[in-house]
Amino acid sequence: MNRILYTLLLLIFGLAGFAATAWAADGLISGTEFGAENEIIVKFSKAVDKAEAADPSHYIVFEESDPDIRLEISSVTVADNGKQAVLTFTDPLNSSKTHIVNVSGIGGVEQASSPVSKSYAGYLISVLISALLINNFVFTKYLGLCVFFGTSKRKETAKGMGVVFTIVIVVAVSMSWVLYQYALKPYHLDYLQIVVFIGLVSLTVQAVDTVLRKVNPVLFKSFGVYLVLVIANCVIIAVPLLMASNEYNYFETFMLSLGAGGGFLLALYLMSSVRERIELAKVPKSFKGLPIAFIVAGQFAMAFLGFSGLQLF
Amino acid sequence: MATDKTNFQLVANGILKENPIFKLALSMCPAVGISTTVINGLMLGTAVLFVQVFSSVTISLLKNFIHPRIRIPTYTLTIATWVTVIDLSLAAYFPAAYAKMGIFVKIIVAFAIITMRLEMFACKEKVSSSFWDGLGMGLGFLVGMVAIGFVRELLGSGAILGYDVLGFKPLLFFILPSAGFFVVGLMMGFFNWIEASYSARKKR
Repeated sequence: MNRILYTLLLLIFGLAGFAATAWAADGLISGTEFGAENEIIVKFSKAVDKAEAADPSHYIVFEESDPDIRLEISSVTVADNGKQAVLTFTDPLNSSKTHIVNVSGIGGVEQASSPVSKSYAGYLISVLISALLINNFVFTKYLGLCVFFGTSKRKETAKGMGVVFTIVIVVAVSMSWVLYQYALKPYHLDYLQIVVFIGLVSLTVQAVDTVLRKVNPVLFKSFGVYLVLVIANCVIIAVPLLMASNEYNYFETFMLSLGAGGGFLLALYLMSSVRERIELAKVPKSFKGLPIAFIVAGQFAMAFLGFSGLQLF
Repeated sequence: MATDKTNFQLVANGILKENPIFKLALSMCPAVGISTTVINGLMLGTAVLFVQVFSSVTISLLKNFIHPRIRIPTYTLTIATWVTVIDLSLAAYFPAAYAKMGIFVKIIVAFAIITMRLEMFACKEKVSSSFWDGLGMGLGFLVGMVAIGFVRELLGSGAILGYDVLGFKPLLFFILPSAGFFVVGLMMGFFNWIEASYSARKKR
């Protein structure tokens, strides 16, 4: 059981180690990136005339989705070697969107353009971290509580439930994505979302149950009991619905489901560690069991509020 | 096998003895998540009542055609169908309230309480008993949601159903999202205490 747990953790943090890939553009502009919240840094492939490069009217910047709305540039600072210019905007930029920088009349080049975006791997990691900590499904969205309180009495059960849940949710949500993108959406069957998604979950649970029973009976003995509980967990239906309403692509969907499963595992593990200790403490008689567990969960929820606003990339 | 309880006992059982929220501790997500006002509790409680009654009756009608080995998927799909019905109806007729409840109407499909009643009651009993049992469980959930909503709204914002009754806000903390856990925990402890002292007095 521990080996699976570590493999999962390794997978999560291994993905975090992805190198960032920057957009490389040909021609005059060799690279662009976001600077401070209202800055874009433009790098030139050769030294350009400073007076030309410092003129804000030579730049046109807009968000890729809204080409008509041009963002107002308040000033341009050019580096001494003439190879880099920092565009300062009057308003802060929304760095989660791709911006387009059009340059004209600099260095004898008629026009050059380059997209500016945060590195995609970084964005994916932020989806993962968001589902794992900032929008933890248990402590900040209050989902999956029945199973959460039911299986957090012992660390062993907490780990088993968390790992099984993570595996099932990743498989089920991946299938939901395929079905949603290639069947529900093209044929306008959106109203069948709930039926299809929950049906896929029960199918996955049944399949994992059958396969595990034949392939690895030992593992089935320790994990089998949790499989039935997966379907009673609200998170398993909330994640595909979120995926559908946000129009996520496959990688984002994968990260979201991995984060949701990992977040559930994390919440269960934290809670079970506390509940094992509460059993030794003197709790008022009428608060024994569930009531005190709820109050502890409330404190966890307040602690998790501290993650809001966390931004890594 | 037919139950020997009267219809009234079946309903009362769901509201008091096996209250889904305070006694069985099932379907806690909405009880914590959106119970900040009485009206929210009322809306979601009604939705659950609808789904519970209709799923119970459907399964009870079809119980002789369902193969035991695929009964759980059958329950799930039945519930999902009725959830879709109530979800689309609410979205069409009460868009404002529906927007407030967000994803919680859709996740009724994963509520353990409904599946549990189908498995333990509706698949064995006749249609009329299943109807009353479903009604009792649904009402029990409704009462629990309204009770939590009442406490949170009264103590958190000093109001009931949006009308200011107290004129001041005794415990603003209760209206915050994360306080849901505290309120449910405290209320559970309170009911345990009442029950314990009541049975102690009875013994004496």
